Amino acid sequence: MADIVLTEPLLEQAKAEIDNALIKLGVRRAILIDDAGNVVASCGEKKENIDTTSLAALAAANFGATSQMAKLIGEDDFSLLFHKGKNDSIHFAKIGTDMILITIFGDDISLGVVRLKVAQVSKAILETFNQKSK
Amino acid sequence: MALIDLSKKEVHCKIVYYGPGRCGKTTNLLYIYNAMNAKARGKMLTIETKGDRTLFFDLLPINLGKVNGFEIRIQLYTVPGQVIYAATRKLVLKGVDGLVFVADSLRVRQAKNIESLEDMKANLREQNINPDEIPIVMQYNKRDLADTPIPTLEIEELDRDLKSRLDTMAFEAAATKGLGVFETLKEISKRTIRYVAEKNLIGKK
Repeated sequence: MADIVLTEPLLEQAKAEIDNALIKLGVRRAILIDDAGNVVASCGEKKENIDTTSLAALAAANFGATSQMAKLIGEDDFSLLFHKGKNDSIHFAKIGTDMILITIFGDDISLGVVRLKVAQVSKAILETFNQKSK
Repeated sequence: MALIDLSKKEVHCKIVYYGPGRCGKTTNLLYIYNAMNAKARGKMLTIETKGDRTLFFDLLPINLGKVNGFEIRIQLYTVPGQVIYAATRKLVLKGVDGLVFVADSLRVRQAKNIESLEDMKANLREQNINPDEIPIVMQYNKRDLADTPIPTLEIEELDRDLKSRLDTMAFEAAATKGLGVFETLKEISKRTIRYVAEKNLIGKK
């Protein structure tokens, strides 16, 4: 596994893509992490104090654990990873081989829209990172 | 897999404490957590489980200050030591940049130490990491028991068991009292940062 080196333009572009697709939609927070549990970029409301370091570590572990579960029942991966809370919910999506996008959103947004937008932004982020690493 | 953020000038590394069950990996982290200045450390994350064994992992993010203008942030992880949690151990090892192998000085754990060391090497290889290249230091924990009637292993025995399988530096420690904890942390941090820097920053100049 290669190390990720973030340059300013790369990070800014990824953040802009997340902002445009998700934050404008009304999503509370969107956090891009790598699968070792490091925070790559964090977008959205900064007022509330979410412990992003812990969240990233747990999300990466959660993702790893569920993909192991998938393998045990003969699946490659579960495509939908979503936890529903009373007010807020959390959605996870794998981007490429070593990044995960965590989206936290309230009950005013439907899961379908989030999934759609996340799928679009994942593609865009993947392209951004692939281009820059060439 | 280290994360180097050039816009914020930060380097994030992951160091994993590995070792057999009940050898004191979490105790190491707890001691570091309690001894460090609140500004330099983050929240210690322990996943609540029954009993005192680690089932998933513990995480302690710490800040080591600046090296060449780069803020060094290190995340310390532990793995569950018990043999049956092999799958979880592999997950935690993902993207590791440096390791501390904690060995138990109790004589009854002699075989467990060797088993765990071999398991670590196998798991690293599975992730295409060469155990002879990645920074690893060893810690012989529970040395305070050597002066008690409890049967413990001699340093020479630990050396023979472990250093023959993995040639690296070893520190004597008593994690509950804090002896050797920071010495181990300092050495592994130094080696990990150098390893990450040589791989990414210095090489590209």
